[in-house]
Amino acid sequence: MQDLSLHILDIAENATRAGATLIEIDISEDIGKDLLKIRIQDNGRGMDPETLKGATDPFVTTRTTRRVGMGLPLLKQAARETGGDLLLTSESGKGTRVLATFQKSHIDRRPLGDMGATLITLIMGNPDLDFVYRSNLREQEVEVDTRSIRKALNSTVRITDPAVIRLIRDLFSKRVD
Amino acid sequence: MAKLKVEDLKRIKESMKGTVNLRQGDYRVKITVHMGTCGIAAGARTLMSALLEKLEKSGATDIILTSSGCAGLCNHEPMITVEVKEAAPVKYVKLDPDKVDRIFDEHVIGGHPVAEYALSVGSETTY
Ligand code: FES
Repeated sequence: MQDLSLHILDIAENATRAGATLIEIDISEDIGKDLLKIRIQDNGRGMDPETLKGATDPFVTTRTTRRVGMGLPLLKQAARETGGDLLLTSESGKGTRVLATFQKSHIDRRPLGDMGATLITLIMGNPDLDFVYRSNLREQEVEVDTRSIRKALNSTVRITDPAVIRLIRDLFSKRVD
Repeated sequence: MAKLKVEDLKRIKESMKGTVNLRQGDYRVKITVHMGTCGIAAGARTLMSALLEKLEKSGATDIILTSSGCAGLCNHEPMITVEVKEAAPVKYVKLDPDKVDRIFDEHVIGGHPVAEYALSVGSETTY
């Protein structure tokens, strides 16, 4: 994956297939500690301890038993390349939380990329699920909550309507590295 | 903090007044972008963005654009499937935004599949 927004898309797409109805994506930084933090949380069916243990290891499970795919091992690798790490917590029936930390200024830290395209792709592909996106960075401060958009549209207009998507897209008009 | 303004959403709502809103399952063409790990790494998201732009420009209201998981064909990614109602679904492989542009004009709007980019006709469904 070329940038972090593609990793995030992949992880969130997995979450949509784990029966989640709400997926939250938070991106923040700790300037003092030079950290970039990505949190992706879903309320899907979660993983049992066994699955959880193998979920970030690309080799531990076979393709047939691997429900969660390669997204987590790839993101973990990207985090570790910068001296960061990936923390995965989950409970059966309650959902899963992924926390990836990166050393922000590290030369191998991939750029954040186009989070607007990631969010829009998620909404288009999963019009019945809710997404909350928050970024709190010097380069980008955006908040999108599809629950409140739906409320405002009051089911007269679909959330996937090109005009609505355009509004969301425009919030991200500033590109981030 | 950049946030959506309720007034903007209201404006969209107003402008839609009187137009018929499609119900789910009520469409002429469905376009599915495959968003598995390989697909994403190979550029599936740029296809989604390109299709959205085409859809917006076309002003069509009878086309559904969505995504699905892995199609099980890593080396053919990125891929889309185009399903015109009453016609066999067509899976397109190894795409880029330019090819998608052509598929949208010729197949989605024009009704003629672009054979050059197609994997197979008929045997595939989206899942
Ligand atoms: S993700 Fe590789 S073929 Fe589906």
